[in-house]
Amino acid sequence: MTLKKEEGPILNISDLRVTFHTYAGDVKALNGVDLTVRKGEVLGLVGESGCGKSVTSLAVAGLLPRNAEFVGGTITLAGADILKMSREQIRLRRLTDLAMVFQDPMTYLNPVLTIGSQILEIITQEPQLFTSTLVRHRLEEIQSEGKEGPALAAERERLLSMSRTGKAGRREVNRLARHYVISILRKVRLPNPAKVLDMYPFELSGGMRQRVMIAMALVRRPKLLLADEITTALDVTVQAQILQLLRELRNEIDASIILITHDLAVVAEVCDRVAVMYAGNIVELADVDELYSNPLHPYSKGLLASIPRVDEVRTQQVSIGGSVPNLLFPPSGCRFHPRCPMAFGKCSQVKPPLVEVKPGHLVACLLYEE
Amino acid sequence: MVSETTNLLETKDLLKWFPQRGGFLNRAQSYLKAVDGVTLGVRKGETLGLVGESGCGKTTLGRTIMRLTEPSGGSVKFEGNEISKLRRGALKPFRRKMQMVFQDPYASLDPRQSVRSALVEPMRIHKITRSRKESNDFAEELIDKVGLNQDHLSRFPHEFSGGQRQRIAVAIALAARPSFLVLDEPTSSLDVSVQAQVLTLLQDLKQNLGLTYLFISHNLAVIRQMCDRTAVMYLGRVVEYAPTRLLFDNPKHPYTVALLSSVPIPDPRKRGQLAVLSGDVPNAIDIPSGCRFRTRCEFATDRCSSVSPPLVEVEKDHWVECLYDIDFSKRSKMELVA
Amino acid sequence: MAEKEPDRSSQTGRWADTRYMLHLFRQNPIVLAGTLISAASVIIALISGLLVSSTYWNHITPSASLCWNNQLIDWHISNVYNCGGPVYPLGTDLYGRGLLQMIIVAIPVDLQIAFEVVASAMIIGIVLGGVAAYMGGAVDEIILRVTDIFLAVPGILLAIVLLVVLGRTIPILTTAVLITWWPFYVRLARSQVLSEKEKLYVERLRATGAGGARILFRHIIPNTIYPLLIQGTLDIGAVILTVSALMFIGLTPDPKYPELGNLAKQGIQYIFTAPWLILFPGLTLLIISVGFNLLGDGIRDVFDPRLRR
Repeated sequence: MTLKKEEGPILNISDLRVTFHTYAGDVKALNGVDLTVRKGEVLGLVGESGCGKSVTSLAVAGLLPRNAEFVGGTITLAGADILKMSREQIRLRRLTDLAMVFQDPMTYLNPVLTIGSQILEIITQEPQLFTSTLVRHRLEEIQSEGKEGPALAAERERLLSMSRTGKAGRREVNRLARHYVISILRKVRLPNPAKVLDMYPFELSGGMRQRVMIAMALVRRPKLLLADEITTALDVTVQAQILQLLRELRNEIDASIILITHDLAVVAEVCDRVAVMYAGNIVELADVDELYSNPLHPYSKGLLASIPRVDEVRTQQVSIGGSVPNLLFPPSGCRFHPRCPMAFGKCSQVKPPLVEVKPGHLVACLLYEE
Repeated sequence: MVSETTNLLETKDLLKWFPQRGGFLNRAQSYLKAVDGVTLGVRKGETLGLVGESGCGKTTLGRTIMRLTEPSGGSVKFEGNEISKLRRGALKPFRRKMQMVFQDPYASLDPRQSVRSALVEPMRIHKITRSRKESNDFAEELIDKVGLNQDHLSRFPHEFSGGQRQRIAVAIALAARPSFLVLDEPTSSLDVSVQAQVLTLLQDLKQNLGLTYLFISHNLAVIRQMCDRTAVMYLGRVVEYAPTRLLFDNPKHPYTVALLSSVPIPDPRKRGQLAVLSGDVPNAIDIPSGCRFRTRCEFATDRCSSVSPPLVEVEKDHWVECLYDIDFSKRSKMELVA
Repeated sequence: MAEKEPDRSSQTGRWADTRYMLHLFRQNPIVLAGTLISAASVIIALISGLLVSSTYWNHITPSASLCWNNQLIDWHISNVYNCGGPVYPLGTDLYGRGLLQMIIVAIPVDLQIAFEVVASAMIIGIVLGGVAAYMGGAVDEIILRVTDIFLAVPGILLAIVLLVVLGRTIPILTTAVLITWWPFYVRLARSQVLSEKEKLYVERLRATGAGGARILFRHIIPNTIYPLLIQGTLDIGAVILTVSALMFIGLTPDPKYPELGNLAKQGIQYIFTAPWLILFPGLTLLIISVGFNLLGDGIRDVFDPRLRR
């Protein structure tokens, strides 16, 4: 792997359009999505069901079903254009640059295999991608252990020769992988990591399973982590644990995170910037403080005003009328206009572009066009 | 707490234990104590909130009150009448007055039944209307009350969105002209924008029709919004019970405090204040001795494992099940129960 | 406050289902073939009275016995009689009756027996299986055990015994086959109802105050009927084959009786000298049962996703 100095954003999505071909017709799921993710940031992608947030992340990961068609736009991940790659190339990318964590860990873990075999499989299926990482990690471990006995010294020699030649025997790789995986499990704050390796998914609680999923994502040292509704299925006390873990991890790992959720409170807790999606478009994008104190798009405003809060009671019940549109027949122009209290004539004719209204604050709304 | 004159619904030491069978003769080897002694009362005209995490027994409690599952012990009284042991025939008039709305709007409607037919059915069962015309008129009135159109009556469930289905479910519940409604996580499966609509609808209906609600939810923010009084459940028992404002401003049980401080707030200026409760919920088969929360409680003492705390009134109308009166800011405690 | 309705016209109304069905047929020509074959056989059965007189099978014309007047196919068999007189497109049988006409008269007979057996088995299955599953406990046990007993006895043998003992008439034949067939439907209906009754809408109905009978017959059974219908359609072919097999081995009320298996029976002796006797009835049996089989598969594909909706 070449060491290229990446200066630009880690992910750049430009005017992405995706349509699903179904028996009932064409579902125009993504209608020109523009999004960038900077290095090391946590970006929240917020929206209700059907807005396209999951579709966007699946598109980036190359995991869209066969009836999906890329109608337009580009996705650039770590400098490489995803849409021009073959499936095999994308798969390798998923192994090295990109990792995804999903909502329900019970369905994403194989119930008949131990945790250890599932995590180790990630490494052992393409060992050459990980050899240098494993060796380096073990060397660091040996160094931090302090005084060295003869066994450790011999191991150190073996490791150094391995890193020189770049070759390692399979048994050696498995052993190193085990050390590495245990350290990752420790990083996600799982108690007793060595024991967890030999446990089955049903023996773990929901929170622990989700930590395992996060560990599986971190094993590859990805540049980008896609977390799709990872706390939605968890109890609130367990969710608090995972959110705290995310906040601690982001200081320790080198990755950018896209946190996909419908929960505006979760976003406020962990994210640096927030993108609000509606019916296949990004309608607002801003720093998290800015968005919550000064939302510009009518949808964002409605959403923030209507969510119940645990720290105060709203005297006035505010809600957004109507419901999410059927994307087989999406509204013309701005897709939010049928529900928008501020809509005017032009809104049904022109799709508003995402423009920077203040530094760092972008909105897609005709109200803010000069 | 349980004032006989104004309670519409009352439970006393209500139990629901699920036997875990196994072994040679399929005997009950142990019990999953989903509801393990719940005493509470819902006053006429109020909304009582029931909050807790998964496994606390709140849904089972709702179902037991509705006699959808048989109580293992204890009593349930509706309008002063004991209903926990009534047989089907005697139970029927109570079924009319007590209705339920379920969490999953996609599964709670018969997919082959039109909306009109589903609305008319409770009327037929309880003989609320006397003719077809009366039934149809009432159905039209109900569909309008929940904010849907007349032409929705001839449609089928799969043609509606989640929020609309939930409105239909509410309309069906109202068709029996009940006085009491158990709402089991009615908005948890819905989108945020639709959730607000449905909650508003529920509040309007309650006022216009003079209903009483038992509102079950895991979402503390929604509970705060909707409920007059709230009961917090943990592992099958009510651990704290107070008017909502008091509960949120001055919680006295460590679990309540942990729960409240685990909920993230949609305001980035208040981030980083989440308190993390360690450990996982123990299962309801192996309940810890004494106080069941002691395994996760930072204020637990030796007494907590041997003495089971009773429900104590710490201030007017505010009940806690704890041996100590804890000051959470000073992190000190005083004995509450000798 | 009325909501603004999004346009769902392609998902609503009866035309949505038809469109979906057509879409599936477009994707699967084999199913289409099955549907056409089944439809054709039913139509032939219905109009058979118009095509051939219903007493045709009772006339014997000795002079026309075992003739093959059709010039189109040469059997390369010596002594294939070419009787003078009318052309018999599929030859004649032992009694001098035209085989084509006999087949047309036989199809409705077979289909009628098959429909009767399948329909009765379905009704018995729904009632017994549904009640067993919904009520559980002792009722369930009793019904299950009785069903098991019948399942344990090999079907055809039981039918043969019944026919030999009680007489070889068509009603007895129908009843005998029904007796061996109903247990499968009880099992099927029971398992369907068992899983359906756990669904949330059933609990909601109980909360509303609905009684068991209402829930079972007005709600659960209409929702679980599709697997039974599918099984029934698949079984029509199987029943026809069973009935034909019974007639084939001689359990027939009359050697001249117009039934496909009975016709084929004549052909065993003449398989080398008059091969059309066994070939064409056999082919008809094959096509009809395959047709219904494919139709059953097709119904499964069309209706199952709708249940998932």
